[in-house]
Amino acid sequence: MNQEKQIPMPVRYLINIALLAICLVAGNLLISGGFISSYYQKILLQVGIYIIAAVSLNVATGYLGQLPLGHAGFMAVGGYTAGIFLKACPLTGIPAFILSLVLAGIVAGIFGIIIGIPALRLKGDYLAIITLGFGEIIRVILLNIDNVLGFKLTGGAGGLMGIPKYTSFNSVFLCVVITCFVIHTLIKSRHGRAILSIRENEIAAESCGINTTYYKTMAFVVSAFFAGVSGALFASYLGILVPGDFGFMKSIEILVMVVLGGMGSMIGSVIAATVLTIVPFLLQSISQTVADYRMVIYSVLLIVVMIFKPSGLMGTYDFSLTSLIQRLINLPSVHEGVAKKGDGRNE
Amino acid sequence: MKKSHILSLALSIVTCAGLLAGCTSNTSSASSSQEASSADTIKVGILAPLTGDAAQYGIAASNAAKLYFDQLNEAGGINGKTVEYILLDEKGQAADAVTAYNNLVEQGVTAIVGDVTTAPTVAVAVESASANMPMITGTATASTVTVDPDTGAVRSNVFRSCFIDPFQGEKMAAFAFEKLGAQTAAVLFNTGLDYSVGLKDAFVAKAEELGLEIVAVESYSNSDVDFKGQLTNISTKTPDVLFCPDYYQKVALIAPQASEVGLTATFLGGDGWDGSIEAITDAALIEGAYYCSGFSADDTSEAVQTFLSDYNTAYGEAPNMFSATTYDAAAILCDALKVAEDAGLTAGTDEYKAAVIEAIGNTDGEYVTGHFTYDDNNNPVKDAIIIQIVDGKYTFNCKF
Repeated sequence: MNQEKQIPMPVRYLINIALLAICLVAGNLLISGGFISSYYQKILLQVGIYIIAAVSLNVATGYLGQLPLGHAGFMAVGGYTAGIFLKACPLTGIPAFILSLVLAGIVAGIFGIIIGIPALRLKGDYLAIITLGFGEIIRVILLNIDNVLGFKLTGGAGGLMGIPKYTSFNSVFLCVVITCFVIHTLIKSRHGRAILSIRENEIAAESCGINTTYYKTMAFVVSAFFAGVSGALFASYLGILVPGDFGFMKSIEILVMVVLGGMGSMIGSVIAATVLTIVPFLLQSISQTVADYRMVIYSVLLIVVMIFKPSGLMGTYDFSLTSLIQRLINLPSVHEGVAKKGDGRNE
Repeated sequence: MKKSHILSLALSIVTCAGLLAGCTSNTSSASSSQEASSADTIKVGILAPLTGDAAQYGIAASNAAKLYFDQLNEAGGINGKTVEYILLDEKGQAADAVTAYNNLVEQGVTAIVGDVTTAPTVAVAVESASANMPMITGTATASTVTVDPDTGAVRSNVFRSCFIDPFQGEKMAAFAFEKLGAQTAAVLFNTGLDYSVGLKDAFVAKAEELGLEIVAVESYSNSDVDFKGQLTNISTKTPDVLFCPDYYQKVALIAPQASEVGLTATFLGGDGWDGSIEAITDAALIEGAYYCSGFSADDTSEAVQTFLSDYNTAYGEAPNMFSATTYDAAAILCDALKVAEDAGLTAGTDEYKAAVIEAIGNTDGEYVTGHFTYDDNNNPVKDAIIIQIVDGKYTFNCKF
C-alpha cells in the first residue's frame, strides 16, 4: 500500500475540471456546428434536469435510507418559485436566471425543513405515505390557490405561462456538475458519514452520539434544494408549468431512476436517469405501440434488476476517474484501488 | 430500517404504479403512414395525448384527423400530392409535447394539427412561434392558446376550430334575446371556475349591448351545494331566462333547488351542460333548458351525417365533439395547404408556411361543425349548435 503511487489532490481536481471543460466545449461545438438537432437538444436538456432530480433524491433514498415519495412536490415548489420570480423580476437574462435557480433551491429547501421535521420522526412506510401526501398537497395548492385567494399567481389548472426560457445546454450542464460535486463532497465529509451511518443502523448511530434528527433533516433539505433547482430548470426550459406535471407519477419516475441505478450510487442515478429519459423517445422512434407500454417495460425491467441485482445496477459503486487512473498506474496492486465509497455497506 | 425493506417497498410501489399506468394506456396504435417520397407528399404532424389522463380526448381527436387525411388521400390528395401524416404521442404533458414538436420539425413537417389539451398546446405554440409553423387545434378552448395572456399579442401561427369559452356566453345572450324573445335575464355562476366566470362576463356584456336587461347576478363557490339563497333572490326578480354556466354536476344540484323556490325562468347553459340529464335525479326539472355545443350528432345536415357514418365505419364508435372539431381542423388545414400548393410554393419553406397561415386566416367555408371564418384573434366565427332538453332527451334545436 505504501509503495503505491498516489495522485495528489490538486492534480485530481485538475483532471476532473479539464474533463468537464472538454465536455462543455465539445457539447457547445456540436450544438453550434448543427450536429445535435433541436430535437436531441431538448432530450439532452431533459436528461440533465432528470439527472439533477435523481441525484438529489438519491441523497434521501440512497444515502439516508429513507423513502420519500414527494420529490415531484419539491420540483414543483422550485419550478413555480422560479417561474413566478422570472416573470415578476425586473432583471432579465443570465443574472435573473441564476437568482431564480438559487431562490428556487432555497424555497424548496425551506419546504424540505417544514415537511422534514415532522415526517422524519416516522420511518419507512409511514414516511413514504406522509411525503406522498405532501407531494399531492403541493399539487392541489398550486391548482387551487388562485381561485381561493382570488389573485393571479400560479394560473391554476391553465398553468403558469410565459416563463422566460433561459435553460440552455450550458446552464443545465453546469447545474448537473455543481449538484454532483456538492452532493459528492457532502457525502465524503464528516456530515456525509453521519448520514450514511443513519442508513446503516440508526440506533447504533445515535448511541455513537450522532444527532440523527439533525442529520436526517439536513439530508432531506439538501435533497429538496436540488430538486427545487431541477424544477426551476424545468420551468425555464418549458416556459409553462401545470400542476399536473408534478403528480405522483413524476415522483415515482424519479424514484425508479434511483432504485434502478443503485441506491447510494451517484453514477447509478446518473446512468439510470439518462437511460430512462432517453428510452421513451427511443421506443417512440421504433413504434408508438411499444412506447405506449413504457411503464410496463419499466416495471418488468425493475423486477428483473431486483431479482438479479437487488442493490440496483451499480449497487453502491461510485465511479471515480482519478481512482481509475491511479489503479491503472498501479496495475500490480489492483486490490487496493477503487472501492472508496462503498465502505460501510456490507450486505 | 433495513435496506431490503426499503427496496421491497419501493419495488412494490413502482410495480403498482406501473400496472396502473399500463391500464390507462390505450392500445391505440399510431402510424406514420406511407413511406416518404418527398416530391409527391406533404408532411403534416399530428400531436395528441394517446396515453395518460387526457388519452380519451387525444384518441378521439387524432382518429378524426387521421380519418380526414386518409379520406383526402383516397380522393387524390392535394393537387395529386399525398398528405403524409406523422402522429406523435405527447402523453398529455407539456414537456413531451415540446419534444415531440421538435421531433416533427426534424422529420420535416410543414404544418401541425394539434395539440389537444390547453397546457401542451400553449407550450408548443410558444415553441413553434420562431419557426412560424402553422398549427391548428381542434379542442383547446382556453383563450390563451391563440393570445399571449401577458402581452395580449396574438400568436399568429396558431389557430383553432373550436369555440373559446367566452364565445358561448355571447351566443347564449344573443340566442335568448333574439330567438327566445327574453326581456330580462338573471345569471348564477361559479366564482371558482374560469370557465364559468368567462361565460358569465361574456353573457352580461353581450346582454347589455343588445338591451337584454340583467336583473340579478348571483354567485357561489366551487364547493357549494346549497343555492337556495341565491335562487330565492333571483326568483323575486322573475327573470325570463336564467343563465347558469357550469358543468353538469352543479346543474344537477341547482335545478331541483330552483324548482323548490318556485323559479320558473328558462334555463340557459354552456357546453358544460352536456351530461346533465344523466346526472340529474329527474330530467323534468331541466325540461326546456337550452345550451350551446360545438357539435350535435342529431344535426340532420348532410355533412354531419356523412361524417358520423364515415367515422363509425372507420372506428366502430360514434364520434364526439372532439372528433368533429379536429376533423374540421384537419380539413381547414388541408384547404389552406391547397392554397399554398396552388401558389406553386415548396412545402417546408418559410413562404409556404406563411402562405398556409394566411390561408387559414382567410378561411370562409362550410365544414362539419358549421360555417367557418376567422377573427383577428385566430378564433373561429361559426354557428353554435343550440341543444334543447325535450322529453328528457338532448334535442338538436338549431344552428345559431
